[in-house]
Amino acid sequence: MLTATAAVALMERAAMAAEGTPKVGVGYGTDPDLVKIYKPGDVWALTFTDPQRLTATALCDTIIPADDKSPAASKVGVPDFIDEWISAPYPGHTDDKRTVLEGLAWIDEESQKRFGNNFADLVLKQKNAICDDICAFGTAKPEFKKAAGFFRKFRDLTAGGFYSTPEGMKDIGYVGNVPTVNFAGPTPEALKHLGLA
Amino acid sequence: MPHISSSKTQPVYDVIVVGSGAGGGQTAYTLTMEGAKVLMLEAGRNYDPVKETPMFQTNNQAPLRGASTPDKPFGFYDSTVDGGWQVPGEPYTSASSDPARQFWWWRARMLGGRTNHWGRISLRNGPYDFKPYTRDGLGFDWPMSYEDLAPYYDKTEMLVGVYGTNEGLENTPNSPAGCLLPPPKMRAGELLAQHRAKKLGIPVMAIHRAVLSAKQDAENLPAKLHPKNAKAQRLIAKAMRERAACFWATACGRGCSIKANYQSTTVHLPPALDTGNLDIVTDAMVRAVTVDENGKATGVSYIDRKTREERTVKARVVVLAASSAESVRILLNSKSPRFPNGLANSSGLVGKYIMDTVGARLGGQIPALENLPVHNEDGAGGSHVYVPWWLYKEQHAGKLGFARGYHIEFDSGRRMPGMGSTSGLEGINGGGYGQQFKADARRYYGSFMSFAGRGEMIPNDDSFCELDPTVKDKWGIPVLRFHWKWSEHETRQAAHMQKTFGEIIESMGGKAGKPEATGAAAIEPGGKIIHEVGGTIMGTDPKKSVTNQWCQTWEVKNLFVNDGGAFCSNADKNPTLTIMALAWRSSDYLLEEMRKGNL
Repeated sequence: MLTATAAVALMERAAMAAEGTPKVGVGYGTDPDLVKIYKPGDVWALTFTDPQRLTATALCDTIIPADDKSPAASKVGVPDFIDEWISAPYPGHTDDKRTVLEGLAWIDEESQKRFGNNFADLVLKQKNAICDDICAFGTAKPEFKKAAGFFRKFRDLTAGGFYSTPEGMKDIGYVGNVPTVNFAGPTPEALKHLGLA
Repeated sequence: MPHISSSKTQPVYDVIVVGSGAGGGQTAYTLTMEGAKVLMLEAGRNYDPVKETPMFQTNNQAPLRGASTPDKPFGFYDSTVDGGWQVPGEPYTSASSDPARQFWWWRARMLGGRTNHWGRISLRNGPYDFKPYTRDGLGFDWPMSYEDLAPYYDKTEMLVGVYGTNEGLENTPNSPAGCLLPPPKMRAGELLAQHRAKKLGIPVMAIHRAVLSAKQDAENLPAKLHPKNAKAQRLIAKAMRERAACFWATACGRGCSIKANYQSTTVHLPPALDTGNLDIVTDAMVRAVTVDENGKATGVSYIDRKTREERTVKARVVVLAASSAESVRILLNSKSPRFPNGLANSSGLVGKYIMDTVGARLGGQIPALENLPVHNEDGAGGSHVYVPWWLYKEQHAGKLGFARGYHIEFDSGRRMPGMGSTSGLEGINGGGYGQQFKADARRYYGSFMSFAGRGEMIPNDDSFCELDPTVKDKWGIPVLRFHWKWSEHETRQAAHMQKTFGEIIESMGGKAGKPEATGAAAIEPGGKIIHEVGGTIMGTDPKKSVTNQWCQTWEVKNLFVNDGGAFCSNADKNPTLTIMALAWRSSDYLLEEMRKGNL
C-alpha cells in the first residue's frame, strides 16, 4: 500500500478516469504523474461562470495585450489558468478565489457606474481609466485600495500564466530547455553589455 | 537478485541496509561489489528516474504552472514522492510552540530518498572541519583527520562524477588530478559577481556539483575505484557508459533520466543490482533492530506497507542509513529488557546533538543585467559558482563575533519562467499593465540575483530529538519529538551573511532588498536547509559518543549507522559528499571485520 494520501490520490485519478469529471476539493496528491501533460480542469473542477470568464478575459488582455512580440494573454489560455488557480483546493487558493471573484464583480460594477457597460464591453480608453486607478497598490487612493489588491493578485496570475507559455517564454527572452552539446556561457554581445568583454 | 516483494527475502543476509539514499546507496554499492549478500529496505515506493522524470515539461504543462503546494512543497516537478515537511500519517512533534525552537524535518518516501532532488553541491570538508574543538574549543573533534577521509573523497568524486576546479584556498581542499570534471562556464550574473566581489576580497570560484559535465572515463576510473576486483571494474565501467553527459537543460531537482547527475537510483543502485548480490524491498517501514540474548543485532523488524504485515529479516550485520533522525528513531524504538532506553544508547546520546546548516538569504536587482542580449543560461541545472568561506584568519583572531564560517550560493540567470517570474517588477515600476508592463517584463527579466549563505552550526545541548511519549504514526510506531535552539554563533553568522550579500549586490551596482533587523530574524528555521546530521555522533570515548570512527556503534558491534547521524560537527560544506565518503570508508572496515571473523 502506498501512503494513505497517495493511495487516495491514485484512487481519485482512477475515479476521474472512470467518471470523466474531476472531483471537487481534492488536490493532485503527494505522488502525481509528473510526466503527464495537464490542462486546467484535469485535476479539479473549474469555477468561472460565463460572465466571470468574459470579464477575466478582458482584464487579462488589458494587462497583457497583443503586440508585435506576442499575442494577448487570453489567446494562450491564461483565463483558464486563472480559473484553475482559484479553483485549487489548497490553502491560499481559496483566499485568491474570493479576491478574484469579488474583484471581477467590483470591476464590472465600477464599469457600469462610470460608463454604463460591463468591463468587457468598454473601449480601451475606458478600461485604462479604471485600471489607472487600481494598478499601483502603493499609491492607490483609499477608496481603490481593495480593488488595487485584487489587481495586483490578478496581474501576478496573468503574468505567471502568460510567461510560462511557449509564446510568453519567447517574448521575455527565455531560450533554454533545449539540449546542447556544450554550455556556451554568455554570448560576446552579453559580455560586452556587462563591460566584461 | 533484484527488486523483490517482502515474501521473497532470503532466510539470512550478510548485511541489511536500511535506507537507499546517499548513505544506504553507497553502503550497498561498496558491499555488493565485494561480494557481500545485501538486503536493502526502503520505506517508500520503488522509483525509476529513467521513466518518471519530467525532463522537458514546461510550467504551463503542470497544474498551477508548477507552483508549490502542500502536496509538492518544492513545486510540482520536484522529484520528491510522498514527502516534504509533512508526510501524511507519519507526523513528528515539537517540544516547543515557539517557532524559533522548532525543527522542520524533510522526508521523502521513495527509492533513493532525498538524493533524487538534492542540490548536487559536493564540497569536501577541510582539515579544520575535522578538528573544530582543537581549533576554537567549541563542539567536538572527529575521531579522524582529513587525511583519513581524503582517499574516500577521491573515490566518491570519481564514482559519482563531480565538476569543479582546484583553487588551493584555505580549508577548501584540492582534489587530486583525475577526480574532478571540468566546470561549466560562468553565467552572466556569476561572472559579474566574480569581477566585482574581487574588490571586496571575496573569492568567487567554480562550485563543485555532482553533475557529469563530460562523460566519465570508463576506461581508467574503474581500476582506480576497485583495484584487484575485475568483476567490480567491469560492472562500474558498464554503469558509467550508461550515463550520459549533461545536455545543459532541465533543473536537477526534477531528477535526471539520462543519469547525468548523481542520484542513488541512477548511480549506486544499478551497478549494485548488477552484481547479483543485492535484494531491494521497497514499502518496508522499519520499526526496530532485533537483538539476541548476547546483545548482538540479528536483523530488523519492519511493516510491509502494502499488506500492513509485520515481518522480520535476519543478517550478520545491520547498517542503518535511514536519514540521521529516522535512524535515531529506529534505535530508540529498539527497546528490550536489556536495552530499556533503546539500542546503542547506554551513553544516553542517541538523538543528541542534531544539527542543520545555518541559512540566510538576500536578493537584489542588478541594473547591469537589464536588457541583457538574449542567450541560453540554463547550464548545469543549478549554480556554477560559489564563494568558499574566506575569513578564516579574521575569525580565528576573534574579530567576527561568531566562531564558524559559511559559504555563499548564488541564484541568478534567465531561468525558465513560472509563477513569480515578474513579481519583482512592482517594486521597480510601482505597478502597471499593458504595453509598458510587457516592455518592463522583457527589460528586467533575469536581472534579479539572490545570495544564500550556508554556514556551520555548532552542536548544542538544546538541539536534540527523542521519542514522543504518546504520539504514534499510522503504523503504530512512536514518532520523534524535536527540541531546537540556535546559539548566538549561528544568529550572528546569519546577520553577517545578510550584511555581506548587501555589499556584494551594491558592488555590482545593484539595489539590495531590505535585510532583517537581527540575525535571529534572518536565520532560517532549523531543518529548513535539509542538512540534517548528528544524533548518533562518532567519537573516541564510548561514554561521549554513539559510534566509533567507523560508524560502528560502541554497544553493538554488528550495528552501523552510515548516514549523517555520525557527524559530530556540521561544516558549512553540504553534507552529502561526506556522507558517501564516510559510508564507503565504514563499509570497507565492515568488510574487513567480516573477513576477519569479527562480525
